[in-house]
Amino acid sequence: MKILVCISHVPDTTSKINFTNNQTEFDGNGITFVINPYDEFGLTRAMKIKESAGATITVVNVGPASTEPTLRKALAIGADDAVRIDSEPKDSAVVARLIADYAKDKNYDLIITGRESIDYNGGVVPGMLATYLDVPFANACIGFELDGTDATVIREIDGGKETLKGTLPMLIAGQKGLVDEKELRIPAMRGIMMARKKPLSVIVAGDTTASTTVVSFELPETKAACTMIDAGNVEQLVELLHTEAKVI
Amino acid sequence: MAVLVYTESWNGSFKKASFEAVSYAAQLANKLGTEAIALTIASTDDVAQLGNYGATKVLSISNDSVTTFNNQAYANAIVAAAEANGGDTIVISNTNNGKAIAPIIAAKINAGLITNVLELPSSTSPFTVKRKTFSSKAFANYSSTASKNVISITPNAIGTVETGVTATLESFDYTTTSSDNRLSSVSVDRATGKISLTEADFVVSAGRGLKGPENWGMVEELAGLLGAATACSKPVADIGWRPHGEHVGQTGIAINPELYIAIGISGAIQHLAGVNASKNIVVINTDPEAPFFKAADYGIIGDAFEVVPKLIEALKIHKANN
Repeated sequence: MKILVCISHVPDTTSKINFTNNQTEFDGNGITFVINPYDEFGLTRAMKIKESAGATITVVNVGPASTEPTLRKALAIGADDAVRIDSEPKDSAVVARLIADYAKDKNYDLIITGRESIDYNGGVVPGMLATYLDVPFANACIGFELDGTDATVIREIDGGKETLKGTLPMLIAGQKGLVDEKELRIPAMRGIMMARKKPLSVIVAGDTTASTTVVSFELPETKAACTMIDAGNVEQLVELLHTEAKVI
Repeated sequence: MAVLVYTESWNGSFKKASFEAVSYAAQLANKLGTEAIALTIASTDDVAQLGNYGATKVLSISNDSVTTFNNQAYANAIVAAAEANGGDTIVISNTNNGKAIAPIIAAKINAGLITNVLELPSSTSPFTVKRKTFSSKAFANYSSTASKNVISITPNAIGTVETGVTATLESFDYTTTSSDNRLSSVSVDRATGKISLTEADFVVSAGRGLKGPENWGMVEELAGLLGAATACSKPVADIGWRPHGEHVGQTGIAINPELYIAIGISGAIQHLAGVNASKNIVVINTDPEAPFFKAADYGIIGDAFEVVPKLIEALKIHKANN
């Protein structure tokens, strides 16, 4: 079985977000970049398939050379080889198209992405990539089991969950639930040493023309000071929610 | 040209987000000098009511093959309806099902896709709209130069506008194909009568400060009194006190209700990312140094086990008097 796991290189969840160049670019100064948390759940699910049924796992990222440590970390977790498509993509559709160009003649049985990246949150890549590759896809996946090539997929829906069945090949866009938080793997020294010797190939990007672009970023307005209410006077909160906030 | 808006139903009834989507589409159509056409799939609701929100025409697809949501089939049906009606801008709600179809549609018709949209476009040439980004820690103004666009709007961000248009009603044909059914639904497990977090006007949420899952009774009582959805912090979902589907925050569900009440949650930056778009935030915490107070509108320093029951009593009195 061949599995492709798409890896997004994102600021870690504790990052304070700032912009430069007249609010048109993300300020990466002092930011620690990590594997997108949703992708890490998917990569770990792929590792479990590899261990139980046998598989080769390729990880792919669209990005400049600075994203390679993130791919190396994915290799240290257990992926077999990595591919970096060399581009600074302007939008998510470009990312989907470039990965599709790479994957279209490789016959992957299963493609795993995160449900979205925690930086741009578009959730665009999985559905577009699946469409370009003409495979079915499920988003917001919280469960995935394989019996040969028959797959059972559980996805989150608003207020519940849905179970789907299908046959490989397919694309799943996952999140926590594909594996539990405690099943995530911290690379051991041996894995880190081995990752240095695993292949990481760099591919020249094809057409990178984007139809959507960021014109500018904005930060939320800072909140006015919090109105503190005495714990002995909870009625005042109800009063303020009624007369000031006008929500009740 | 026209704006085509897909209106999502649950068990045949329109979601609240669908009325927001039609209102948005109608206002957008007005800016673009065209009309808004609504598409319903497997709705048993009164489809004419979509006219109230500004749709001039309502297309309805109803046959057994589309009764259950299927992202490929629904995306193909929307593409077919858009092509048959000159729809070059497609509006969808950014629900979990909306997120499952928007990218398929955009890839099929080679459209620009902008998700998580919060407002009407600030410009129509080039098409420029504001969306959430960096897990609600920031906003981005996106522009599209594509000739067709798919716009997916955040539920609860854009209100409804009633215009009282009388819509013409038409049926539209789409039958699911075998290709659509390569991955298909076998069961849906959804609590009926439960308010979904992304659409809820009020959300009551609790964290580790509650000390154990057995103490959620008062959270549910408070939520019930307000007609609120219940939510929780990430640590509480991780240790299994509450289901993962209740986790709000950066790696959980992002919400923007009218009122968010956080009980026993310190307010780590990852939690704030998912909730800081709430219009009013109430924080109840024993720790005066909890970072959440800096992001709150109203704060009470106190023990949840004393404050919450008092709040429930005060709300009951308020409801009785109003």
